[in-house]
Amino acid sequence: MSILVNKQTKVITQGITGKTGLFHAKGALDYGTQMVGGVTPGKGGTRVDIPLESGETVSLPVFNTVREAKEATGANASVIYVAPPFAADAIMEAVDADLDLVVCITEGIPVLDMVKVKKYMEGKRTILIGPNCPGVITPGECKIGIMPGYIHLPGHVGVVSRSGTLTYEAVHQLTSRGIGQSTAVGIGGDPVKGLDFIDVLDMFNRDPDTHAVIMIGEIGGTAEEEAAEWIRANMKKPVVGFIGGQTAPPGKRMGHAGAIISGGKGTAAEKVAAMERCGIRVAPTPAEIGATLEAVLKERGLLEQCITAKR
Amino acid sequence: MNKRWEENADVNIHEYQAKAVLKAYGVKVPEGRVAFTVDEAVEAARELGTPVVVVKAQIHAGGRGKAGGVKLARSLDEVRAHAQELLGKVLVTHQTGPAGKEVKRLLIEQGCDIRKEYYIGLVVDRSSGRVVMMASEEGGTEIEEVAARTPEKIFKETIDPAVGLLPFQARRLAYAINIPGDLVNKAVQFMLGLYQAFVDKDCSIAEINPLVVTGDGEVMALDAKLNFDDNALFRHPDIIELRDPDEEDEKEIQASKFGLSYIALDGNIGCMVNGAGLAMATMDIIKYYGGEPANFLDVGGGASREKVTEAFKIILADPNVKGIFVNIFGGIMRCDVIAEGVVAAAKEIGLNRPLVVRLEGTNVDLGKKILSESGLNITAADSMADGAQKIVALVNETGGGHQ
Repeated sequence: MSILVNKQTKVITQGITGKTGLFHAKGALDYGTQMVGGVTPGKGGTRVDIPLESGETVSLPVFNTVREAKEATGANASVIYVAPPFAADAIMEAVDADLDLVVCITEGIPVLDMVKVKKYMEGKRTILIGPNCPGVITPGECKIGIMPGYIHLPGHVGVVSRSGTLTYEAVHQLTSRGIGQSTAVGIGGDPVKGLDFIDVLDMFNRDPDTHAVIMIGEIGGTAEEEAAEWIRANMKKPVVGFIGGQTAPPGKRMGHAGAIISGGKGTAAEKVAAMERCGIRVAPTPAEIGATLEAVLKERGLLEQCITAKR
Repeated sequence: MNKRWEENADVNIHEYQAKAVLKAYGVKVPEGRVAFTVDEAVEAARELGTPVVVVKAQIHAGGRGKAGGVKLARSLDEVRAHAQELLGKVLVTHQTGPAGKEVKRLLIEQGCDIRKEYYIGLVVDRSSGRVVMMASEEGGTEIEEVAARTPEKIFKETIDPAVGLLPFQARRLAYAINIPGDLVNKAVQFMLGLYQAFVDKDCSIAEINPLVVTGDGEVMALDAKLNFDDNALFRHPDIIELRDPDEEDEKEIQASKFGLSYIALDGNIGCMVNGAGLAMATMDIIKYYGGEPANFLDVGGGASREKVTEAFKIILADPNVKGIFVNIFGGIMRCDVIAEGVVAAAKEIGLNRPLVVRLEGTNVDLGKKILSESGLNITAADSMADGAQKIVALVNETGGGHQ
């Protein structure tokens, strides 16, 4: 088991004929994801041939609209590599097509476009991950996004994070300890986005195959504090945390649109304190996320069942 | 609901420019002119012809009043004297940092008969994913102070993007902050115009502090601050025109041209990292092992030779930098390619300070081999912690302690 994506997930790429879309469609296929087609308005009716690492070539159909792509391929998920000015429209088209899941990788979407997207999604069942995120992966089953697949290992630890490369860092630390992951979700660094920590934590909480969770936050906003309170009230599984940006100065945006300490709020110290108050073990440095989780699993008697590969 | 007032997050413009933007949306502002010289200031005051004019220093920072950057003049001679004093003066406010900012532009504005000051602001609220208008009767003070001291004095309306700010919401705010009854309609028009400007121009923040009610029955913006979402600048060439390079960090602008995200800090260990989260975490771990990061620098997804070269140049332009820590989680990129890029860039710029490189990802061993056989003074690290400890030790050895 896992959350959000698995072997059955059928994925289309919006923006498949672009350089980035094509590159990552190949990466997903190489990983074994069921990539079933793509959408590029104006290129409907054509095909893209993707030579894989295995030597095999996969030919994917291209459609003008998401709705057509869904009808023809039976896709239930989409991944978006569309340029920022058109990305919000691409998300809403996928929502309109009633897909189960939309993952938006695009970085640099105007915030007010995402305000419209959030409004448009009200009352609809489609789940959005991102934008400005690495995507989602269920190791060994389905990879949607730009993360390096090979660092992952199937297993029982859920990972949820606002940051891309820091997620890879944490996953790498787990895998090198033989601790596999159920699903890793990058929720992205934008202030207005799809899934937030609590949504993903709730899914991990209900997933019988996830035994513990790593939550990686960063400065800015109050999502980590809210998640910490939610964990205290609801979470049945151990959670280990890390917050990036302990040395970040106030008033400066640290790369992500959402990563800024403003009005004296959103500091790492506040977040770490809130998490510790709610029973979350916080790793003192980013290099110790794996070790911290390992220690917690050991204390809870969960380590053995979480080791899914020999070291 | 959370309260976030994002300072300097995005593109900032001057007060006189913000007022011009707002005026086009029917938002009432005092009559005023910009002046770059003393003579222009006097001429502007003559044109305005009001008995009292205000001479306002134009810098991208709040708190100008308290720092002596706003002066009343009752004659053209007084205008001349104030303009002479302010132009070229370095103003230090709580938002400029200790170095302050030099005044190069003045706003010469008609004086108004202020009856009462209020606060109106617009922000994007993360929790609701909506634009929120905030209003308070406590004008003139920092809204963060009001929020901390008397949060019950801040009123909020969450705006549905499908229909925009509705008149009843604006009325509710106007009544809540006790705008005089006969001026409520004017206040409503003001708020509707402000909201329209905010969404049309893709603002990230709008603050009218203070909004004033005058003796002659006007509701107007005595000060105006607009910040813009830089992700949306592609559709606002008019706003790009308003950027003032004197007010922006030269190195940050240079970095952004190459797709690098750079922020200068006070330490002596330069950092080059891929990914914003890992970049922040790298600063943290340097500090954890007793060092001080000199910068935040995210080279983004593709750490090409060109990008790495440019990143080295920007880092080394900081004279405080005594060593550099490169921390790249290769992910999809191959480590040998990154290593070649780092070596080529280091050779090209003649790197003469300690360099520690931590690579992780595909072909990591080959990458390390390229680094060690480069003939350059490069120390390879096995992990993030190892790299941080090594660069801190190297910088301390070279006597590059904190300055």
